[in-house]
Amino acid sequence: MKPFDLIFFGLCTLLVLLGGVGTVAAKNPIRGAMGLLMSIVGIAGMYLQLSAEFLAAVQIIVYAGAVVVLFLFVIMLLGPQATTAAGTAGTKPSRYFGAGVFLLLTLGAMSLVWRTRSEIAAIPKPPANLGTIEGIGRELFTTHVVPFELSGALLLVAVVGAIAVARGKQADPTRDEPARKPLDKGPELRAAVTGTGDGHSPHVKEAG
Amino acid sequence: MSTVPVEYFLVVAAALFVVGSVGFLLRRNLLVLLMSIELMLNSVNLTLVAYNRLRPINHDGQNLAFFVIAVAAAEAAVGLAIVLAFFRVRKTIHSDEANLLKN
Repeated sequence: MKPFDLIFFGLCTLLVLLGGVGTVAAKNPIRGAMGLLMSIVGIAGMYLQLSAEFLAAVQIIVYAGAVVVLFLFVIMLLGPQATTAAGTAGTKPSRYFGAGVFLLLTLGAMSLVWRTRSEIAAIPKPPANLGTIEGIGRELFTTHVVPFELSGALLLVAVVGAIAVARGKQADPTRDEPARKPLDKGPELRAAVTGTGDGHSPHVKEAG
Repeated sequence: MSTVPVEYFLVVAAALFVVGSVGFLLRRNLLVLLMSIELMLNSVNLTLVAYNRLRPINHDGQNLAFFVIAVAAAEAAVGLAIVLAFFRVRKTIHSDEANLLKN
């Protein structure tokens, strides 16, 4: 292992894990989105090291350029209500149980890594076209052309569905507010436009 | 060309997946829940690309990661639309409030 490679890898690891923990632990969702951005940039660096240059570019463009920005748009649309109070669900025993399960899994994974440490070796040089646009594109448009077209259809359906869901035209029937009736503004408007009357509708006069 | 072994990347991906799943299980903010899903998808992508580097005969892993990115983008768009619709109904994005089907 060359020292520069190890330093670059360590930097990417730091970005990925700090960003991930920041995403999960942030009280303010905007900080969470920034942590997600950090994590995504670190993963793009790892793609570069794994000779997946095309995917690194796609990762930056799609995730950092589109998904995180979409998250930020929604956070700003929601305003201060995007921050919620800490959850009170879950009893103490269930929390301890969850922590214990995760501890056990972590210890098991660490012991597996430790036992196989002698098998770890540097990998051979990759072929020249691994991860280039040419290499990926050739397979994408020959072997995987059907899933590729289907993913285009999926994105179209997702966009249409997102607009249909987010528009929210109908009132929610479970809320107990009465549906607003269309107001008859005829007399007031007519009076305001023509200058006749005192600006009150006939119903108000009768009531007075 | 990097000389770091593939196993290192796999360990980082596993750690990131655990971070994402813990966030998904513990947090109650719908936006953070969606971000945790994105973290988990990213870690799976990293695993796919790492294994593709280990077996560089074809680009199957990288192609699958590409499709996962496309699906994740679609999922983020639809998920955020659902969060917006939920916020319009309940005026909050606390996931414990999503209990309309309970009553």
